[in-house]
Amino acid sequence: MTSVRRGNPAWLGHPAFLGSAGLAGLLLLIELLPRLGVVDEQYLPPTSAILAALADEAGTGQFWISLKDTLVAWGWGLFIAVAAGVLAGILIGSVPVLRELTASTIEFLRPIPSVALIPLAVLLFGTEIGSTLLLVCYAAFWQVLVQVLYGVADVDPVAYETARSYRFSGWARIRYVLWPTALPYVFTGVRLAASVALILAITAELVIGSPGLGKDIAIAQASQAVPTMYALIVVTGVLGVLINLLARTGERRLLAWHQSVRGEVAV
Amino acid sequence: MTVARRLLFAAALPVVLFVGWWVLSADSESFYSPPLSEILTAFGNTWTLAAIKAEVVPSLLRLFAGYLLASIAGVGLGLAIGLNRRLRATLEPVLEFFRAIPPPVLVPVIMLFAGIGDGMKVIVIVFGCVWPILLNTVEGVRAVDSVVLETARSYRVTGTARLTKVILPSAGPQIVTGLRQALSIAIILMVISEMFAASNGLGFTIVQFQRSFAIPEMWSGIILLGLLGFALSLLFRLAEKRVLRWYEGLREAQRRAG
Repeated sequence: MTSVRRGNPAWLGHPAFLGSAGLAGLLLLIELLPRLGVVDEQYLPPTSAILAALADEAGTGQFWISLKDTLVAWGWGLFIAVAAGVLAGILIGSVPVLRELTASTIEFLRPIPSVALIPLAVLLFGTEIGSTLLLVCYAAFWQVLVQVLYGVADVDPVAYETARSYRFSGWARIRYVLWPTALPYVFTGVRLAASVALILAITAELVIGSPGLGKDIAIAQASQAVPTMYALIVVTGVLGVLINLLARTGERRLLAWHQSVRGEVAV
Repeated sequence: MTVARRLLFAAALPVVLFVGWWVLSADSESFYSPPLSEILTAFGNTWTLAAIKAEVVPSLLRLFAGYLLASIAGVGLGLAIGLNRRLRATLEPVLEFFRAIPPPVLVPVIMLFAGIGDGMKVIVIVFGCVWPILLNTVEGVRAVDSVVLETARSYRVTGTARLTKVILPSAGPQIVTGLRQALSIAIILMVISEMFAASNGLGFTIVQFQRSFAIPEMWSGIILLGLLGFALSLLFRLAEKRVLRWYEGLREAQRRAG
């Protein structure tokens, strides 16, 4: 629904070259701006300094521990949110009364900014990983839930009624009719939730000080280690890109059999 | 009859939740979850008109300033990039990278350049919000129906008319999607930037309450922030309905035909 698709197979040809040129240009620009004195080196260190700081960081054990902490919080938060979102979505979506009853509450709770929960997380968990998890779960849960609800609503009524007349049990109806229809929506929800979960994981670490890359960024900032700070920010950006790529390719691979994906290829 | 039924269904669960919270917390001894009645009293005492003027209004002004600038920059640059195939191919990886950076890490970077004043917060919001708007605009412009473009060309529709009559309307729904994503990022960044360094604002006040263990006041701040998020998304939806009325109508017609 909101995704940016770049499905050109021509990626290997011309655009790949242009794209690398664009990236190289950015690196060059960041190298030159401070060197030529346009920007103070204290504020924006040149690319080479950032890369050197990155290499330094990669040599420390702390960096890898932080990376692991961030990924663990991200992974668990995403897992819990997806499990809860799918279960709640199927339950609410397949019972019309529940759907009507919860609609207004979901509409109200969904836009609440998850950062509003930061003070609560601090009081409940302090600077433990639990703070991060709370925020990640809350933010990612809605992404999944809403998509699953769309998916369940999309079920073909004829197929559903047919399954009913053949006396499919409740479970079989969910397993063989509802779930396959909702699956592409579930994947969209997971993909959206994966990026949101990373944002919230880093944010929680940055603001609350729970262990992870975000905390390291805050420490680097407080100790005026500007190149290190930039290096860590680059790491978070690369993580974001990787998670995006992984989610998109995973979606395409796992849904290769699905009509929605097959249809796209055929047309 | 159906209206009454719908109203009943919409109100039932919120009322149950509210009453449940009220009853369950009524004689709560827990320090962290005070009775709801206490929170509501704190809400009335804390968020007086003067407090709203001193804390909430500056926050909202920064939010709107940042969001407006990001919208202008995002749509403008998005149109320029989307209309030029080579430019798009060159910048796409760079933009994707910038979009993938979690926006709140921009706060420490922008603090270096812009200090901790209002300017910093507005710049943070602009930098965080601009990517979804920009990328969705690029995508929307790219997806404009080529038949429409060719037709416009054969009728010699060029320049401003081509932009405002052909491209912007076609890309509209996608641009609005970007704007909607950006709005929730803007609220997050407003709060985060104030939690980092500020002397007023909603985020600052809530953290201040938490640090001084004024728990009912903190809860009231969380509720206010929630209400604000809800109100802003409601406003956005109303605006969207007005601007994209033709699109909703078109989809409705397609659905009926299909």
